[in-house]
Amino acid sequence: MNKDVEILVIGAGPAGLSAAIEAARYGADVLVVDENDKPGGQLFKQIHKFFGSRRHQAGVRGIDIGTELLNEVQELGVEVMLNTVAYGIYPNDEGVALCVDGETGMIVHPQKIIMATGASENPLAFPGWTLPGVVGAGAIQTMINVHRVPVGKRVLMIGSGNVGLIVTYQLLQSGAEVAGILEAAPALGGYGVHSAKVRRAGVPIYTGHTILEAVPNEDLSGIKGAIIAKVDERFQPIKGTEQFIEADCIGIAVGLTPDIALPSMARVGFTNGGRLGTQVPLHDRNMMTTKDGIYVAGDSSGVEEASTAIEEGKLAGIAAAEALGKMDAEAAAGAKAKVWESMNQLRTGPFGDGRAQAKEEIIRKMDEWKVENNAC
Amino acid sequence: MSRIENHIILGELEEKKEVWITVDGKKIPAREGEPILSALLANGIKVQNISAKKHEPRGYFCGIGRCTNCVMTVNGDPNVRTCVTLVEDGMVVETQDGLGKWEGQE
Repeated sequence: MNKDVEILVIGAGPAGLSAAIEAARYGADVLVVDENDKPGGQLFKQIHKFFGSRRHQAGVRGIDIGTELLNEVQELGVEVMLNTVAYGIYPNDEGVALCVDGETGMIVHPQKIIMATGASENPLAFPGWTLPGVVGAGAIQTMINVHRVPVGKRVLMIGSGNVGLIVTYQLLQSGAEVAGILEAAPALGGYGVHSAKVRRAGVPIYTGHTILEAVPNEDLSGIKGAIIAKVDERFQPIKGTEQFIEADCIGIAVGLTPDIALPSMARVGFTNGGRLGTQVPLHDRNMMTTKDGIYVAGDSSGVEEASTAIEEGKLAGIAAAEALGKMDAEAAAGAKAKVWESMNQLRTGPFGDGRAQAKEEIIRKMDEWKVENNAC
Repeated sequence: MSRIENHIILGELEEKKEVWITVDGKKIPAREGEPILSALLANGIKVQNISAKKHEPRGYFCGIGRCTNCVMTVNGDPNVRTCVTLVEDGMVVETQDGLGKWEGQE
């Protein structure tokens, strides 16, 4: 089966849906595909209110932002194919291979491709890290908030960035006990609003600590706790400070890695994105990669937040629509400037500044690439 | 069966049709439309497979279909990601040993 579309968006999370909405609004024919059985990416497990200013929907819960995006997609009549894996991308405009419902093969011939494939949770290696019950913090969020099943009675969280803090609080909201939050750094990470919540709730906080091992139960079918220890200024465990913490689940919240399988297959150029990911696609201010007509957006272009993913999706959607001749350069420049203004606000503050610098570095390297390859 | 029935933000757990799946010969209830993995967790089943190399129990890690740590043999097919495969009434799920075997394979 073959299909022609103007724009193919891969991934129906916040970035992909926003890209599709923006491009469709300017009259582009858009197809969105996603391997999951429901659209929305990871938005529907985000039951907390978003942080930022009002124009970024601060105070609105992730689940409600997800519902809003889906409504817009529906109103605009954008086709969304679920249970559809984009598993191959061929060079020379030979199309993108899709597998629908695990059975039907299909080749799509898009004029533009927007890859919004998201990110995967990082594991953390320590003795016992492979035991059942040692799980990603995002997995905990999915189980307790989406599927409504407890992951354990008493959970120990490793990592105090926003994900670690938010999931800790959501564990409390789900009725679980939290044994503590472990953080190797001397202070909690994440936004003050989130760390204040877990502090107020009385969650034990172990800053300057690391996990030495997960302690298995008798038949290795789960865990009964963890041994933790204080660390010195070089993050090495200090002998004699070991203690046992009882827990039947350990959550790992030590960051995410961009999912770059498809951009790799498309052979776009990559760079080390620093805090945004060790391998991220080079891209310009239009979110276009080193391959003409292939765009990236959201976590797959550097791990940030749902709010920035939405703005990046919009940029890619506008740029792709412009490249298709759906709008003139002046209108496109105006629309993109508005998105950038909003994005720059999101990338401010003690955490945002670092992300802004890392993004600018990716864009600067992309500019260099353009000069070297006469692609200006 | 263990579920988060009342949630301070999400409210009461929505009623769903009950379906039954068989796990290692034992019948367990599940909620229609949920992945196999959450039904297992609700029924206190934590181990999804025995690792190929060290022969140790393994369970899910990412819960969204990326890591493949939760694969089991489902209706005779090995290496099915239970976190993204939805339950069906009468489904037969088995704890997978190593890389698993196709039905009828020696």
